[in-house]
Amino acid sequence: MELRINQKAYQVEADADTPLLWVIRDDLGMTGTKYGCGLAQCGACSVLVDGNVVRACVTPVAAVAGREITTIEAIEADDVGKRVVAAWVEHQVAQCGYCQSGQVMAATALLKHTPAPTPAQIDAAMVNLCRCGTYNAIHTAMDDLAKQERAL
Amino acid sequence: MNTPLPLSDVPLGEPVNLSRRRFLASTAVGALVIGFGLPMGSARVQAATTNAAERGTQVPAFLEIRPDGSVRLLSPFMEGGQGTHTAMAQIVGEELDADPATFVVEAAPPGEAYVVMENGMRITGGSMSVRMSYPTMRRLGALARAMLLQAAAQQLGVPLTELTTQPGRVVHAASGRSLGYGELAGRALDMPVPDPASITLRDPSQFRWIGKPVKRLDAYDKSTGKALYTIDLKVDDMLHAAVQHAPRLGMTVGSLRNQAQVQAMKGVHSVHTLTGAVAVVAERWWHAKRAVEAIQVDWLEAAADSTLRAMPADFSTDKHRDFLAAQQGPARDDENEGDVAGALKNAKTRVEATYHNQYLNHAQLEPPSALARFNPDGSLEVWLPNQAPDMFRADIAKRTGLDPANITLHSPLLGGFFGRHFLYESANPYPQAIALAKAVGRPVKLIWSREEEFLRDVLRPLAVVKFRAALDDKGLPVAIEAVSATEGPTEALAGKQGDKIDPTAIEGLSGKSYAIPNKRIAQIYVKGPAMLGYWRSVGNSLNDFFYEAFLDELADKGGHDPYELRLHLLRDNPRLTTLLKAAAELSGGWKRGPYTAEDGSRRARGVAMASPFGSHAAVVAEVSIEHGQVKVHHIWEAIDPGSIVNPAIVQAQVAGAVALGLSQTLLEEAVYVDGKPRARNYDLYPILPPSRMAQVHVKIIESGEKMGGIGEPPLPAVAPAVANAVAQLTGQRIRSLPLSRYTFS
Repeated sequence: MELRINQKAYQVEADADTPLLWVIRDDLGMTGTKYGCGLAQCGACSVLVDGNVVRACVTPVAAVAGREITTIEAIEADDVGKRVVAAWVEHQVAQCGYCQSGQVMAATALLKHTPAPTPAQIDAAMVNLCRCGTYNAIHTAMDDLAKQERAL
Repeated sequence: MNTPLPLSDVPLGEPVNLSRRRFLASTAVGALVIGFGLPMGSARVQAATTNAAERGTQVPAFLEIRPDGSVRLLSPFMEGGQGTHTAMAQIVGEELDADPATFVVEAAPPGEAYVVMENGMRITGGSMSVRMSYPTMRRLGALARAMLLQAAAQQLGVPLTELTTQPGRVVHAASGRSLGYGELAGRALDMPVPDPASITLRDPSQFRWIGKPVKRLDAYDKSTGKALYTIDLKVDDMLHAAVQHAPRLGMTVGSLRNQAQVQAMKGVHSVHTLTGAVAVVAERWWHAKRAVEAIQVDWLEAAADSTLRAMPADFSTDKHRDFLAAQQGPARDDENEGDVAGALKNAKTRVEATYHNQYLNHAQLEPPSALARFNPDGSLEVWLPNQAPDMFRADIAKRTGLDPANITLHSPLLGGFFGRHFLYESANPYPQAIALAKAVGRPVKLIWSREEEFLRDVLRPLAVVKFRAALDDKGLPVAIEAVSATEGPTEALAGKQGDKIDPTAIEGLSGKSYAIPNKRIAQIYVKGPAMLGYWRSVGNSLNDFFYEAFLDELADKGGHDPYELRLHLLRDNPRLTTLLKAAAELSGGWKRGPYTAEDGSRRARGVAMASPFGSHAAVVAEVSIEHGQVKVHHIWEAIDPGSIVNPAIVQAQVAGAVALGLSQTLLEEAVYVDGKPRARNYDLYPILPPSRMAQVHVKIIESGEKMGGIGEPPLPAVAPAVANAVAQLTGQRIRSLPLSRYTFS
């Protein structure tokens, strides 16, 4: 089947029910998207499908054939994603970093839909788990991004 | 033109054969045994020949300066989020006179050259990396700078005394000439290392980077998916593997009922029987996982002579807690001062209470994995998460019969660790990866699924502590006794009680600074069926909860405010008095409540202290009850680690430790029923989600005392501060964790 990932077309041979995560990681060699739980519990595998955040570990690859998939590898090619990354670096969010690909994807999806989210909207959208406990830093970075947007 | 060292540009963490690289040729790679986690009673084996004067002096083993002037540093310590790679760049860079931003830091291979800690060990744990290597790593940077100066003197043909440095350059002011470090590197690292005694370190008042909020070196890579962890690695011709473990540790494989069918499943390369597990090797991990989960195994009960801690079929955590509570002794004293029995007998008021905690999993977000490759020359390379490379290499040598010199061990970034990646028999995937690579004759990367990880993770210990205390006629405590029925992680790894008390069992009950004249802290050693391990802040993670929550009971019984009581008991301890007052001040002044907050919620505050890993912490927590659950609004934490290297990383570590502390306080619990863990994933083992996080406020106090740790010390005081706040708010004593087991209205 053909997958469109980061604005490139890939021919992949995978069973229809293979999770998108493992196609991205093992077949296509893009390892920025992480395996954390395989149960859509943690969000480390978050990618964008047509601009919406989805958890690739439970998304059958056949369900996203022909749709526009964005992974962390292309995040800076997106204006919003680039700003998110800059905010993540500025606020020194990452500790071990393992969940942060997914956090950045979730943040980008939120800001694409809601450029200046309220704190409550941030809370509602930023639900990925982080065992290092970077939640305060994530929230600060998101507040900052929302403020930047309001200032425009 | 000088020849740069031949270390090519290799991205951080990418598999390369380091053994071919010249800068390692100068590294002594003798077998090294270190004492952490070794059976108690066996003396801590000193690091062979490396004495304090020689530690960290093999400059070429650590540093490569590239033609562009960037600095590659091989760190003795692993980076798993705690910021130690950045700290090492700050420390070395300060003395080398090179901006830490120009550093690339990777974990060093095993080897004696990298044993830099003042206790003669090399591990990443115990919050020891920076505090135990600080002077040595400074000296390393200064030695390298001296070598660059010598090289420049030769190259420029000027006296050494006329040369100085500015960041990244050697400068000859008299002639106006200068040379970048990159231009000197080839010559410099071939210079003899100067006598360490000849080195003068920089005056701390002149520090540019130590003590400053230098940006983490890994922030960008970790925000863009570029950072590589073991689970991400790939080598040519590699196969993937997945395992299914025995449902209880110690059980072995009897037969595979459907091996032929599984062998025929799509993508399967081969099916294997391992010790206590079955494995499938495949071209894709997803195929391996699906196939291995399809295997129907007849498991056999553990043999009587099993060397593993066999998990019995009737083990349940609740029953084990009751068993611990029923233990009467014998107990061994860790602290015994004054006359506790006499004080209790003559006391105006006596207070007794029994506390317990819960088992915990590590639940680091990166599932364990290992990549093993046998090279044509018979050598073995292994990429694996670890906190102690020399111990792991020694273990691999033992298992494979290979000479350690023929084992190359790579230590990629850790996707969290919290104590998970020490050498735990049966809890690490690398023995399986090595066996599979050998069996199939190709490199194998084995990933444990999250479910397999929850099945084999070692647990943070459980304890039941019985307290007795005596109050005088003013309601002040004059005696305290704590007897803990428990097993510490170090004695669990040893499989037996040591000659001395396992400090990791009892720390946090022991070592308190309150002026209570009569005290007895004792342990009843109870070997349990569950395999135990180190968990961030180790014994303090439970014991400070017990002690500090009980101390609040004493305050209430004696009619004293718990903050004022602590100040009173610390009246002769200026360092902790200052710290406690700083926490109160940070929270806007001590205010216990209950009171009504601006949003209408009823709130109360609790206070607690802890002194783990060479540092001291004081926490004030503010809570309310929301939908029957405890909501923690704010954590104000003051911490005194003596002195620090990076205030921004310290702040982040405090916030992270608070999160883990809240997680164990509010909702985490590893429950076993019928010898099996109830939870095999985050669905039934919830870890703190963002919605339960508190706003964390940090005050760092640099008292100038001996440098302490920072990764773990902010954690232990969180649970008791929250518990004390909840008790004040609800009137309900909190004598156990997690709070999700309580009902609040």
